[in-house]
Amino acid sequence: MDRPGKGPGERSSRTRATAHELARYEALFSARTRAMKSSAMREMMALTERPDVISLAGGLPDTTTFDPELYAKLMAHVAAGSTARALQYGPTEGMAATVDCIVQVMAAEGTSVDPQEIIVTTGGQQVIDLVCKALIDPGDVIVAEAPTYPGAVPTFGAYQAQVAQIEMDGDGMPIDELERTLDRLAAEGRRPKFIYTIPNFQNPGGVTMSLPRRRRLVEVARERELLVLEDNPYGLLRYEGDPLPTLYSLDAQAVGGRGAADLVIYLGTFSKILSPGLRLGWAVAPRPVLEKLNLGKQGADLCSSPVTQLFVAAYFAEGGTEQPRWLDYLDSLRALYRRRRDVMLEALGEHFGEHARWTQPQGGLFIWATLDDRIDTTDLLALAQESERVAFVPGRAAYMDGRSGSSSMRLNFAGVPDEDIREGVRRIGKVVREQVGLYGSLTGSSRAARARRGQEQASAGEDAELADVVELPRREQGAARRRRDQ
Amino acid sequence: MSAGGRVAVLKGGPSLERQVSLRSGAHAQEALERLGHEVLGLDVGADLVPVLRAERPDVAFIALHGRDGENGTLQALLEAIAIPYTGSGPAACARCTDKALAKYLMREVGIPTPDFCFLREESIKQLGAAAAVEDIEDRLGLPLVVKPARQGSALGVKFARASEELPGAMVGAFSYDDRIVLERYVKGRDLAVSVLDNSLDGATSAAAPGGRERGGPVALPVVEAVPREEDFYDYESRYEIGMTTFVCPAELSEQTTARAQRLAVDVYGLLGCHGVARVDLMLAEDDDELWVLETNVVPGMTETSLLPQAADAAGIGFDELIARVLASSDTRAAPVAARL
Repeated sequence: MDRPGKGPGERSSRTRATAHELARYEALFSARTRAMKSSAMREMMALTERPDVISLAGGLPDTTTFDPELYAKLMAHVAAGSTARALQYGPTEGMAATVDCIVQVMAAEGTSVDPQEIIVTTGGQQVIDLVCKALIDPGDVIVAEAPTYPGAVPTFGAYQAQVAQIEMDGDGMPIDELERTLDRLAAEGRRPKFIYTIPNFQNPGGVTMSLPRRRRLVEVARERELLVLEDNPYGLLRYEGDPLPTLYSLDAQAVGGRGAADLVIYLGTFSKILSPGLRLGWAVAPRPVLEKLNLGKQGADLCSSPVTQLFVAAYFAEGGTEQPRWLDYLDSLRALYRRRRDVMLEALGEHFGEHARWTQPQGGLFIWATLDDRIDTTDLLALAQESERVAFVPGRAAYMDGRSGSSSMRLNFAGVPDEDIREGVRRIGKVVREQVGLYGSLTGSSRAARARRGQEQASAGEDAELADVVELPRREQGAARRRRDQ
Repeated sequence: MSAGGRVAVLKGGPSLERQVSLRSGAHAQEALERLGHEVLGLDVGADLVPVLRAERPDVAFIALHGRDGENGTLQALLEAIAIPYTGSGPAACARCTDKALAKYLMREVGIPTPDFCFLREESIKQLGAAAAVEDIEDRLGLPLVVKPARQGSALGVKFARASEELPGAMVGAFSYDDRIVLERYVKGRDLAVSVLDNSLDGATSAAAPGGRERGGPVALPVVEAVPREEDFYDYESRYEIGMTTFVCPAELSEQTTARAQRLAVDVYGLLGCHGVARVDLMLAEDDDELWVLETNVVPGMTETSLLPQAADAAGIGFDELIARVLASSDTRAAPVAARL
């Protein structure tokens, strides 16, 4: 056929068959996979990894701080001392020596734990996946914070969960709001499978759940028999203020007896206190849940790498000056990240000024900045990358609907040198001012100004809903927290 | 060119369409290897010209979407270092990539394109152009589609239903380009017509089921993009993978199909395209009119891209399609003179 596509009457059956060829994979994809989608925003995020871009987007710790000599020594120790074990499969639940290290890490946060209730995983991310695998049927409800960990969003999506997100304020998730959401769900005959929370220096929000709220959350979970997934990658990276008890330990207290929690599943990781390249995390869970996680892990990867598990064990055996070496390293990380956080806060004050408000994290890796609500940070990222070679995570990545959070951004202060933090924030500030200026020019004319007033009225209901976010502390964190304590 | 030639596939680059371009390039590379060429995949970066000068490929196959690949920059550069390349030349690229310019050109010769206005960011600061927004709105009516003038994908395409949404939509679109087009919204069906040059001078593929006559550009079957969710106002998500299904050939009357194909070939000629292009149109719901939106000179070549689907529906397999696009590097000089 020399003139392709003359008209419907002349299409050959062969043509239809070949057209069908292209759709053949589409037909094979599971409903779950079809629900996954690639978004413009994600395509854009791929660009942030270019070497000429200052990226404040990653979730990276600074691995350049790890002593190369020590790394070489530990690897040599594992290679020479445990050749066969390192090269062999390991137990699905993890190697005993690694589990011992996990017990030490949790003890450092004041949480005692039964080694029998720990499963070693391939990064903390695997815990989120395994918990969903164990608990979520399509359409099941998860309750999460708003904003929530951007890396959990595609996992929840892949299991076709419906996620109710609860807007945080300066003290984390408001539990009264949580209860209202649970009531509303109950009225619809629905019960969430679990509540997902990052209580310490939340990613991306940078806020910490207050002690009264922690207590109340555990009470609510117990009253309603709900599971809580406590994601705690940053708990030991606290730069100021007193450490707060984990939800796990509060639940264990409530249970009494042998000291294990029965409604909190705890997620920990070596990624932020040692190295994400090791791909080692863990879960602590009630036995019946643990069994399902173990079965899920068998199907996923049989076991986490014995090479890196033995590395961790060797590392934790190293003595330091007055304490184990891993605690020395943690001290050095805290000093470094505290300084970088301060550098970023200062840069934000200088370059974002009146156009934004931002969180003052007491620890962790991230600051959450919220701009004038007429600025869309996904568009801003396009401009920032193109004209200023700087990147951040647009707020939408932290919302399941991919729409909310559109005027916020997540900034990482831990993984980049001081100079890049200052320069990166300066560059973002520049594009923000340009955008605000342009918006001002466009709304400056009388008609547009009228229009803008109209919009403000129209969105008044929405603003009320965001009141908690507006309260996010700008420079006085304490005040907001006191106001919120119940 | 004959099998065994050295082909550099130019892909990736720093644009917002980097990922799609990498996929297009990889897919084209596989086909070129099957066709017996020696293939060199190049992720376009600061070392492009030195690498090309050192490698001296016989042909550059352009799979670079986004700015540099589609606005004529790359094409002009390849001419400067005397490396033949696939697809349209610098002038056609410049005309197609700039939606405003393309629309002015179409309007001049009476090719139907939705009524529009063009704005540069500078003119807001320097010429007080913000005051014209009111007139623009009155003239074009609402809703309005606001597009970055020179951004290939759907990124930055905004929809303003009401006056108060217009400033935000404009600021959003200006994030992707300092030139924007405000366009009357045509409600209807999204169609795409790919046009392929039929001159197969150097093509080497064996069983070409399509015609072999030297007949200039030919329109492939029409593809319709059908959004899965009926949210006409959410432009960006319409183009997200999984949010849209494609029907090819589109279920249209014979007459409408022919009209769309004729329009596409006319636009292809008007803008001076060469080798291959994809013309996007709307079939208006209210009056059944066809409206040309834009022309893409480096259409996607991924498994799910519109051009390969359309070619497939015309019985042109992917390797054959790639062979034809590759052949366009041989035929550039002659047809231009002949058309004049």
